[in-house]
Amino acid sequence: MSTAVGTTMLDVRELWAGYGPVQVLHGVNFHVDVGEVVVVLGANGAGKTTTLRAICQMIGTKGRIELQGTQLVGRSTTDVVRRGVAHVPQGRGTFPDLSVRDNLEVGAYTRRDNEVSTDIDRWFDAFPRLADRRSQLAGSLSGGEQQMLAIARALMGRPRLLLLDEPSLGLAPLIVQDLFRRLGDLNAEQGITMLVVEQNANLAFEIAHRAYVLEAGQMAMSGTADELRNDDAVRRAYLGY
Amino acid sequence: MAIGLDTEKANEAVKGGYASLERFGSKRWRNLGILAAAVVVFCIYAIHAHGFRLFFQRIVDALNNGFIYAAMALALVLIYKATGVINFAQGNMAMFGTFIAYVFISDHGFPVWLGIFIAMLISAAGGAAIERLFIRPFDPSNHLAIIIVTLAWFLILGSAAQVIWGADPHSFDTPFPRNRHFDFLDARFFYENVGTWLVVLVTLVLVSLLLRKTKIGLAFRSVSSNLESSKLVGIHIGRTIQFGWALAAAVGTLAGCLIAHNTFLTPGFMGTVLIYSFAAATLGGLDSLPGAVVGGLLIGLAETMIGGYVTPLGSDLALGGALVIIIVVLLVKPNGLFGSKRAERV
Repeated sequence: MSTAVGTTMLDVRELWAGYGPVQVLHGVNFHVDVGEVVVVLGANGAGKTTTLRAICQMIGTKGRIELQGTQLVGRSTTDVVRRGVAHVPQGRGTFPDLSVRDNLEVGAYTRRDNEVSTDIDRWFDAFPRLADRRSQLAGSLSGGEQQMLAIARALMGRPRLLLLDEPSLGLAPLIVQDLFRRLGDLNAEQGITMLVVEQNANLAFEIAHRAYVLEAGQMAMSGTADELRNDDAVRRAYLGY
Repeated sequence: MAIGLDTEKANEAVKGGYASLERFGSKRWRNLGILAAAVVVFCIYAIHAHGFRLFFQRIVDALNNGFIYAAMALALVLIYKATGVINFAQGNMAMFGTFIAYVFISDHGFPVWLGIFIAMLISAAGGAAIERLFIRPFDPSNHLAIIIVTLAWFLILGSAAQVIWGADPHSFDTPFPRNRHFDFLDARFFYENVGTWLVVLVTLVLVSLLLRKTKIGLAFRSVSSNLESSKLVGIHIGRTIQFGWALAAAVGTLAGCLIAHNTFLTPGFMGTVLIYSFAAATLGGLDSLPGAVVGGLLIGLAETMIGGYVTPLGSDLALGGALVIIIVVLLVKPNGLFGSKRAERV
């Protein structure tokens, strides 16, 4: 059991993962506390996406990944999802041939309660652009709308932990700002715990409590968002000034 | 030196000479106009040459085949949506299912409807078993391996039926009133044919409702739309694909049982039907259920009308015509009439 059940949401120890013979993660250690937004920064190829895929058990992994004390390594992706991990993959991962409403409905696939339509209405209230397009096919939405849809769909599963893989990728700057403001609101108002992987460090620091820097498959640095924001190396490498 | 890649030009270079064909196919209204004009000219010629009565009767006859192709195309589309490949074993799966119905009806004296229904259930179980034992072990994106598996089952079921039931034709009873008909506009409508039309239409409606309104249907549409995200929302991928195989096997057996009365039942009796159904599914768009039915009807019409009026072609060459339709559709309109474009905005 994790030492701090009740406060630690996700505890990752000595995580090794890769694709076949190619090892990408070389013993990664980090944790996410309940109610926190944690950002993982890193260059292309550092292993950010791999970290999230390892948590969801979509690739072979070694080490310990504990979700509130439950070891996830060795379980199926379906099982991990059913235990409350929602993953918004890079490139949105919506269902292009399904309507917006069906996308939300399938997000609640693992739920057995009867509040699904209440939740759908709730997220339509939160994302009115999606409500306007509820019967359109998701594939016809703009990039920003698809990202909103992907996040709303992930939230439909009432996750304990939300994993976001480069949510800003390919979106216009104004839309990215709006997106991060909403993510910040979701955390502040609903207490949703998030692990965000990003290259856009400026915006990520706005909503993050703590941050890690991933370099060549290992955590090179960690600290509060403010500490890392003011670190010279981080500033030069990820903030660009 | 310009370094930026002109992607449009690059794409055209890759596509080679066929890009112009695809551009030709993308102008929907003009193409529909050309097609409609050709059909009108053909109809005027046909009515003028042999009279309206024969023309109308041939249309009615064409629908009989058309609805059978539609039902088989429906089964093909279901497996295409689930697995992403054409199921080459679909015809022989239907043939085997029809033989099972035959055993219940002729050997054990079951009522025809009950025999067909039991055979559909057994086929569904068989389709589910094939998926579990021979499809699921493969990576779902490894389409080549899965196609080889379907080819293997095409051969296995064909030979097994030959061994068990022999090559001689068996006559298969129809579930509808036999050899009774009503006349409309001088054309003869046999109850067994009209019954087939209705059963196929009802099947289309039921399958569509199953996919639209149930939870397993939602999962099925999700898996066919985005496999990776389906895993991430906790859908059991294998069980969902299995559902598609079971459904397709049952629909295929139903199609086999409906046509067996007209063609006689032999181990090879679904071979030609399958080719026409391939053409129907391709024309309709491979991932569209209504497309399968429309495609089936159009292929049925083309087969009967061209075979009937263009006498030098005859019915044997009509099969080649189906293959020509497949190739032309793939060249001019690769997504078929109703298929989804697979283009997303990002």
